[in-house]
Amino acid sequence: MSHTRYRIASAGKPRPFPPEAMTRIQETLKRYPTKQAALLPVLWIAQETFGWISKESAEEVARILELPPSHVDGVLTFYTMYNLHPVGTHLLQVCTSISCHLAGAGDLIAHCRKRLGIGLEETTKDGRFTMIEVECIAGCDRAPSMMVNDKYYEPMDEKKLDGLLDQLSGRA
Amino acid sequence: MERVLLARVGKKDSRAIDGYIADGGYAAWKRVVGGGLTPEQLTEEVKKSGLRGRGGAGFPTGVKWGFLPKDTKGKPIYLLCNADESEPGTFKDRLLMEEDPHQVIEGVALSAYAIKCQTAYIYIRGEFYDGARILDRALAEAYAKGFLGRNIMGSNVTLDITVHRGAGAYICGEETGLIESLEGKRGQPRIKPPFPAVHGVFGCPTIVNNVETLACVPHIVARGADWFKSIGPEKGPGPKLYCVSGHVKRPGVYEASMTITLRELIEERAGGVRDGRTLKAVIPGGSSVPIMTPGEVEECATDYEGIVAKGSMLGSGGMIVMDDTSCMVNVARFFVEFCMTESCGKCIPCRAGTAQMYTLLTRICEGTGTMDDLELLIELCGTVKETSLCGLGQTAPNPVLSTLKYFKNEYLEHIMHKRCPAGVCNMAGESAAEPAPVEVLA
Repeated sequence: MSHTRYRIASAGKPRPFPPEAMTRIQETLKRYPTKQAALLPVLWIAQETFGWISKESAEEVARILELPPSHVDGVLTFYTMYNLHPVGTHLLQVCTSISCHLAGAGDLIAHCRKRLGIGLEETTKDGRFTMIEVECIAGCDRAPSMMVNDKYYEPMDEKKLDGLLDQLSGRA
Repeated sequence: MERVLLARVGKKDSRAIDGYIADGGYAAWKRVVGGGLTPEQLTEEVKKSGLRGRGGAGFPTGVKWGFLPKDTKGKPIYLLCNADESEPGTFKDRLLMEEDPHQVIEGVALSAYAIKCQTAYIYIRGEFYDGARILDRALAEAYAKGFLGRNIMGSNVTLDITVHRGAGAYICGEETGLIESLEGKRGQPRIKPPFPAVHGVFGCPTIVNNVETLACVPHIVARGADWFKSIGPEKGPGPKLYCVSGHVKRPGVYEASMTITLRELIEERAGGVRDGRTLKAVIPGGSSVPIMTPGEVEECATDYEGIVAKGSMLGSGGMIVMDDTSCMVNVARFFVEFCMTESCGKCIPCRAGTAQMYTLLTRICEGTGTMDDLELLIELCGTVKETSLCGLGQTAPNPVLSTLKYFKNEYLEHIMHKRCPAGVCNMAGESAAEPAPVEVLA
């Protein structure tokens, strides 16, 4: 856990939603009795649209949902899955919770660290990989478990990890 | 016991609606919507079945439904399916949703009908991208078949189900944290009372049920409460999913009646601990319940009362098995670190207490702890347990107190002789794990 998790970076320019995202937002709003209830789903739409959620995106979401920007910031910094600054193309999420820990998740992180030259919450210089550790992702029967963006890769070992990193780097 | 909840898992196209219907799925829903059972009758049937919540607390489901006010004064009733499954060592709901989504949806539909709810949400944790996509696809199929929506199959029954994704917060599995999160807020638990059945989401009467609990309902309706009760012990009827992971040969989700013993689950189903190793400890119900030792495991029944009798809890049914390579002090520190990271920050005992517990345990693990530290740790455990607002803080000391109860020697070895008997802890004054910042002091 680091302080970067609580700071929302600026994109340096306004971030209006493209029309297709606006359509999704309108559809989402129909599913809830209040605009505020659509906040988490709309933030997901923002993240899917831009890859991360900037100060400007947060302000735009607040405007659309008629919420105080401070409320949106509070929610953004509470949940761990919203990227508050740009992340690599491939977000490596290594589970270090109990069963994965018992199965050697620490070795996976050490391996990534060595091979990619990055620590936790860091991004490679070419912008391809960001590595984070995550709490239990319910992959305990296939431990150690990890996710890259929205996909599970489990069970993992160093050899499989090498193969995966090769593939994601376009080297395989 | 025949497979019930997992009967369709592993089948080709287990996710598709046609396969589900061909296996008898949605027959219960059609019968109920067609007037075969009133909401009151359905609730009564579930009460009679003895079904108890599978999320952790084990509260009787039908009784919970009965807490809804008779007159809601025009307010709608909401059903929330708790699919936030975040308890370390628990992975059964993911399997149910990914492999047999219609079973879950039919369970939500029938339960919504029973409590006269027209809007239900499936609150699924953010990490389950696949689960959410699979449920969305299944819901679209169910709408297309006319099983959901307005005036379902020509009846006056209306029901909308929406998948709502969380965004990474363990605490949203706590029912009032989940409710806050669904309202678009930080997922911080509420003080109870008022209970959700009276004042839940959007200020309306609300029922929150776990995925596995709801998945039992179609079977109760289809085969009757008596059949359900015929499975397992009197106080723990019906099929139960157990997640076994950690140092076992065959980790996985196992379906059994609650008459199965803990030993049978670990030794026979999961293949026992790895070769050449011996069993050291088991956490029977997700990371927040007290640890058990081989002595307790031997003849332990796996129903709610059976595990309580051995000093622990069935919880979510997530069983974490550890062999003799594990250091119990380190494990305790590990769980406390989890609680510290996931504490929502609302109440001070949990927010500051878990951080201080972590600091003390880290010292012990690193060989710089003193007997005073241990004494303070025990005292702090009491405070955090007694005064925290919700289950997270109330159970955070469990791993510490229970490891102290059974493995006090290990603590003493770390403190007095600067030695980790299992050889896990780095006693050089710096642990292998990164130090977590302790920022929050009361």
